[in-house]
Amino acid sequence: MTGSSPRALTRAAGLIASVAATLFGLILVTFLIGRVVPIDPVLAIVGDRATADTYARIRSELGLDLPLWRQFLRYLVAVLQGDLGTSILTSRPVLDDVLRVFPATLELATVAVVIGAALGIPAGVLAATHRGGWLDHIIRLLGLIGHSAPIFWLGLMGLLLFYAKLDWVPGPGRVDVFYEGLVDPRTGVATIDALLAGETDVFWSALHHLVLPASILGLYSVAYIARMTRSFMLDQLRQEYITTARVKGLSEVRVVWRHALGNIAVPLITVIALSYATLLEGSVLTETVFAWPGLGLYITNSLLSADMNAVLGGTLVVGVVFIGLNLLSDLLYRLLDPRAR
Amino acid sequence: MTRQPQSPSWRAWLTTDTPQSRAQARLGRAWAGWCAFRRNRMAMIGLLIVLALVVVAALAPLLAPHHPYDQDLANRLQPPTAGHWLGTDGFGRDILSRLIHGARLTLMIVALVALTAPVIGLVIGTVAGYRGGWVDAALMRVTDIFLAFPKLILALAFVAALGPGIENAVIAIAITSWPPYARLARAETLTIRHADFISAARLQGASGPRIVLGHIMPLCVASLVVRTTLDMAGVILTAAGLGFLGLGAQPPLPEWGAMIAAGRQNVLEQWWVAAMPGLAIFVVSLGFNLLGDGLRDVLDPKGD
Repeated sequence: MTGSSPRALTRAAGLIASVAATLFGLILVTFLIGRVVPIDPVLAIVGDRATADTYARIRSELGLDLPLWRQFLRYLVAVLQGDLGTSILTSRPVLDDVLRVFPATLELATVAVVIGAALGIPAGVLAATHRGGWLDHIIRLLGLIGHSAPIFWLGLMGLLLFYAKLDWVPGPGRVDVFYEGLVDPRTGVATIDALLAGETDVFWSALHHLVLPASILGLYSVAYIARMTRSFMLDQLRQEYITTARVKGLSEVRVVWRHALGNIAVPLITVIALSYATLLEGSVLTETVFAWPGLGLYITNSLLSADMNAVLGGTLVVGVVFIGLNLLSDLLYRLLDPRAR
Repeated sequence: MTRQPQSPSWRAWLTTDTPQSRAQARLGRAWAGWCAFRRNRMAMIGLLIVLALVVVAALAPLLAPHHPYDQDLANRLQPPTAGHWLGTDGFGRDILSRLIHGARLTLMIVALVALTAPVIGLVIGTVAGYRGGWVDAALMRVTDIFLAFPKLILALAFVAALGPGIENAVIAIAITSWPPYARLARAETLTIRHADFISAARLQGASGPRIVLGHIMPLCVASLVVRTTLDMAGVILTAAGLGFLGLGAQPPLPEWGAMIAAGRQNVLEQWWVAAMPGLAIFVVSLGFNLLGDGLRDVLDPKGD
């Protein structure tokens, strides 16, 4: 046992406590949102011609005659057991629904974050090495533009340009219509399922369908990733080891892309994890535009049919994933950066 | 107010390094800030866009060539022409006129959120930072919970519970956007709460609320203003997103996001119906972003 382990233990305990408290708050918030809904859940089940007896019986079955804190306790226990209620729209458990649609969102957000990082990191590095120059200004301006356009509008305009006018990409949906249901959804990720089934045609179709929505979603994170990369790089380029490397006669390319970029890998990973979380959110609007059958489309469809169990269940799951990604970025940082240990 | 000397000596009065009064010193500071801001071309463009939004919203009935609700079913989905500069929508309504009137809704949403969320955040953040201890821990825990939610999804859930409509959309956006202000105000408070002038005020017998209200809050305002301006673009986009999903302003209100949703069915043939409102959202939110960036450079030179 080294001397640092009690500190590490306290820190881990603090982390667990903070995550638990946040989760508790999350569940409390969704519970309270569910309580202020103007829809009477009893009336929704029994209909308006039920007798007062039936009404009262259903009401007590749902636990609505209990004091608010008892109702919350019931809700808390149910949620912790994975019971998010039943969806009115699909009449299936909300958790099953969410697990079924979640891989589609994951696929979209993952490809989007890869695109965001592939464009954002080089852009940030170039902006830092050309600080104050025209390249820096252009990258900053492009970032601002990307951050100012409504993502659903970009999606529609993307469809108009690349699908209707240029015919470079297919229309909305996940695969071409005649491929739909051909592949067994083993993982729920269309591209991987197609590969697992050995259907290369379906794989290419799925990939084709992924390009436009993922690029538009990814564009959203480019600005953030580029800005953070730029500021990390500027910090590094001021350090003495960079001067040393230059004095040693290393090429500028090697100094910048190998030494400086190598040293900001850890903070960059946390930035990417954080933008992954925001992309989950952006996927709500993107999925609506591209008829992408993921969690975002599920939540909005449930909203429009006043299916509160599904809305709140979906919100809760997104919140949990959000907390999870924040925690992951925190842990990765501590694990990978020796100074943070 | 003292009479200001005639120009050009008013400039000397503003830029003097020996101001005679507090007001003169403050105006001089503001003038120096304005001079720095004016040199930033991007920020000036942003300011012009935001001012244009205010003017268009104020003069909407005078500027709009048609009534925003006037239907003309014989001329529906017309492309841009001399009579309808930006074309007509699915009910034959003039898109330009609807955009001009929609500026009022956008400005209203922005103003309401800008007047509520930062104020809530300021109060929570300064109280938490000044009191410290369990008050701080409890308030910051609540803040963290709200930060842990993705904003748009939380706003969706709130609107779902409260019912669709522009007022509820504003409430939902305000509820979801105060936490970063609370964080910011708390951080500022922590840096000044042990300053000598705070101790001096306390020794003179100033009460806690008086110190927070009179001494701490004013010092947090500058960074909150910058943050608010930068966030307004996000507010506009969230409001438009709610409108697009049918949860914000309801028809026939000419809200820009809802207008995009209405043009969505025909986007591949009559593209202008969806394209024009999106362009309006884009320009206005770019304006706020540019303005916020410029203000940050002037008011808060530390943050790169």
